[in-house]
Amino acid sequence: MENSLVLLLLLTPFVGFLFNVFFGKKAGKNISGAIGTIAVVVSFAMSVYFFMQLNTSGKAIQVKLFDWIQLGNLKVDFGILLDQLSLLWLLFVTGIGSLIHLYSISYMHDDENMHKFFAYLNLFVFFMITLVVGSNLLVMFIGWEGVGLCSYLLIGFWYKNQDYNDAAKKAFIMNRIGDLGFLIGIFILASMCGSLDFIAMKTHFLSIYMNTPQNVFLTGIAALCLFIGATGKSAQLPLYTWLPDAMAGPTPVSALIHAATMVTAGIFMITRMNFLFDLTHDVQHIIAVVGAITALVAASIGLLQNDIKKVLAYSTVSQLGLMFLALGMGAYTVAVFHVITHAFFKACLFLGSGSVIHALHGEQDMRKMGGLRKVMPITFATMLISTLAIAGIFPFAGFWSKDEILMVAFEHNKVLWIVGSIASIMTAFYMFRLMYLTFFREFRGTEEQKHHLHESPSLITLPLIILAALATVGGLINLPGSNWLNHFLEPILATKHEHHALGSQEYMLMAIALTGAIIGIVWAYSKYIKQGFVPKEDSEISGFSKTIYNKYYVDEFYTSLIVKPLNGLSNFFRTTLEPALGKVVYGFGTVANGIGNQGKKLQTGSIGLYLFAFVIGLLAIVSYLFLAQ
Amino acid sequence: MENILNQIGIENYIFLSVLLFCIGVFGVLYRRNAIIVFMSIEIMLNAVNLLFVAFSTYWQDAKGEVFVFFSMAVAAAEVAVGLAILVAVFRNIGSVDISNLKNLKG
Amino acid sequence: MSPILIIFYVLAAITLATAFLTIYSKNPIHSAIYLVLCFFSIAGHYLLFNAQFLAIVHVIVYSGAIMILFLFTIMLMNLNKEDEVHKPRITRLGAITTFILLSTALVLIFMYSKPFVGDYPTTGEDFQSIKKLGTVLLDDKEGFMVPFEFASILLLVAMIGAVLLSKKEKPTK
Repeated sequence: MENSLVLLLLLTPFVGFLFNVFFGKKAGKNISGAIGTIAVVVSFAMSVYFFMQLNTSGKAIQVKLFDWIQLGNLKVDFGILLDQLSLLWLLFVTGIGSLIHLYSISYMHDDENMHKFFAYLNLFVFFMITLVVGSNLLVMFIGWEGVGLCSYLLIGFWYKNQDYNDAAKKAFIMNRIGDLGFLIGIFILASMCGSLDFIAMKTHFLSIYMNTPQNVFLTGIAALCLFIGATGKSAQLPLYTWLPDAMAGPTPVSALIHAATMVTAGIFMITRMNFLFDLTHDVQHIIAVVGAITALVAASIGLLQNDIKKVLAYSTVSQLGLMFLALGMGAYTVAVFHVITHAFFKACLFLGSGSVIHALHGEQDMRKMGGLRKVMPITFATMLISTLAIAGIFPFAGFWSKDEILMVAFEHNKVLWIVGSIASIMTAFYMFRLMYLTFFREFRGTEEQKHHLHESPSLITLPLIILAALATVGGLINLPGSNWLNHFLEPILATKHEHHALGSQEYMLMAIALTGAIIGIVWAYSKYIKQGFVPKEDSEISGFSKTIYNKYYVDEFYTSLIVKPLNGLSNFFRTTLEPALGKVVYGFGTVANGIGNQGKKLQTGSIGLYLFAFVIGLLAIVSYLFLAQ
Repeated sequence: MENILNQIGIENYIFLSVLLFCIGVFGVLYRRNAIIVFMSIEIMLNAVNLLFVAFSTYWQDAKGEVFVFFSMAVAAAEVAVGLAILVAVFRNIGSVDISNLKNLKG
Repeated sequence: MSPILIIFYVLAAITLATAFLTIYSKNPIHSAIYLVLCFFSIAGHYLLFNAQFLAIVHVIVYSGAIMILFLFTIMLMNLNKEDEVHKPRITRLGAITTFILLSTALVLIFMYSKPFVGDYPTTGEDFQSIKKLGTVLLDDKEGFMVPFEFASILLLVAMIGAVLLSKKEKPTK
């Protein structure tokens, strides 16, 4: 019974994928979209069921589907582990996934390849579930690679635009770099523990390793490799540049994959392996620093972007940086808390921006928006709620989670706390800049666009409303007083994260964070509402802001550091090495040809000569046989 | 019946057939007319047949003579086909001079 | 010198001389005539061995069938003229050298090989009468029945091949 329910949870999206691949075109757009959505909703229902069961029994569900690999003393099963962490992830992956599928039915309705879109989305959900529920690192790796593939397919969904294809390739290759690290980490762990099962590894590290530490350096390397894998998938420095480019995909994809679910896979993996990271404090420190720097850098780039989706993308990178900051300080539950609240409001923001883009027929430049508040009230309201949440305004969800991160940072390291706080202020500023430029003052687009402005249909606004509601109340799951999430996740964590009672220091920190957020908002208000400032054209930007606008030239730096030398090497191979090799190979042919041309002269065609040769040969053979006796 | 070889000696037959064979070889090498070349080949065949019969008598065994029968059958077949080929060649290039047959030139 | 030895020498002389003349005469018709004589003398050798059946068959096949074929071919090609150009001198010298070398080598080889035993056993049994030959050739246990049949197929195929080859080709188109 349980087995089949687990399979139902796992395989329904895959069935949806198969249906949409083979029959989607014939079935028509509505049925194709409905099937895709229902498949995910079924998975969501199953997740809820298992969640309830876990809540009553309190025991994790383990299912072994089949033996997979047996190599020497390494044995890997294809197993599924449904514990507190994976169920939490399942809930919001399938839940938000369902909403976004629903949203896509309307959003993608004009696209000729809608069935393909739903097929990819279903496949993505399938791989994401695999990633989350895998009972060992290798099964997780299948999902890890699978979501990367789907991300590639969906970024390049509008494949007729070469820029989009390049963005897809960039995302794929950047992820590969991280995946290599992940894979090496897996190999090291396999050789150390003789197993890749999470529970077995946890036992190994907590009992055997703690008592008699061996291979301390190797353990650190393994943890670092896993973290490199996480930086690739979760867009951290130095591998973050693919995420802003990934906005080339359709907006639901950005909301689902590049904001709410896939990019949090790195955080999921590190939380899963928390027993390993707890043992390697140096790596934890690296994680915290990388997270903090990513948060600051991405937030500062976000300050001056004009593409509405790019702003959100950098905001995502920045928020992910904050989560890694929390992970680096061992506050796994805090990171998970922020992942969940962030999934709510960032999905809402992306879907809202999608609604705006939909209304403007594909326009993404905020300089050509404005004044949409009146025509799109629902979109405006939901986005405002989410913006307040991400800015960290009391009492929205983002306030609680972000505040906890900053609190933990304050306890550990004041510098990291300052960096995180600055990033938060910047977040408040650029998010309200986005709101002001999009929804306030007067419309700056063309007259024709103005006539077509309209509120989006209910299929689009319904998910927005639900997500906005979640963004409002999401903080409830881990209010400083109740700490439900902390208790819920306790069985997963190796070391307990002691929680302080709310004291005067905590209230002071909350006040500081809130003040910072309000400063950011006021700053944005005075600049974009009071002064009516509209960002300049690309060519007029100068000075330091130009550097920021061009994303610190990181892409250019990577181009000159890696792409150009690689191109040069390829060019060298093509223009120098290949012809040289070709000449060698061709030389063999020439020599053989020359020998043949000389040998050809033996064949005079004169029968008399042949007969002579024949008789002399006969003579020679007979004499040889006689003399050899 | 007395063995004829007692009076002649096998070595005489050997010399005879070796000489006959070598005359055949000489003819093949010396002449350009394909028909004469053919005749030389027949002479060589007959030299071998003669030796077969001589040794058949030497061993007092009929199998050598049986072999000569088969050799004759092959020779007959060979001549029939060979001459047909010569006729075809003559029809095509108007000559049976082997120095004119140079199609095998590489 | 026994009369038989004298007969052998005469026959051998005729054989060698006509063979040489076959090669040497310029006119192909003469060559053919000399070749017939050569074959007749070889038939005489067979008679000396008391192989009557073989001698008869030899005369029929060679002197009869094969020589007729040769003569017909020569006439068909209208070659009864002495129009053959001699080969270059170097070729002729080469041919003569090869002839001498080959005959020397073969004679030496046979002289130093085994069968020079000198004593010729006579069993007194009949081994080459027609009756005996027929038994050896066509005996169904130890005979040469199958090769015999194959020889007939060979002749048939050769006949068909010869007809096909010498048939006038139809002009293409």
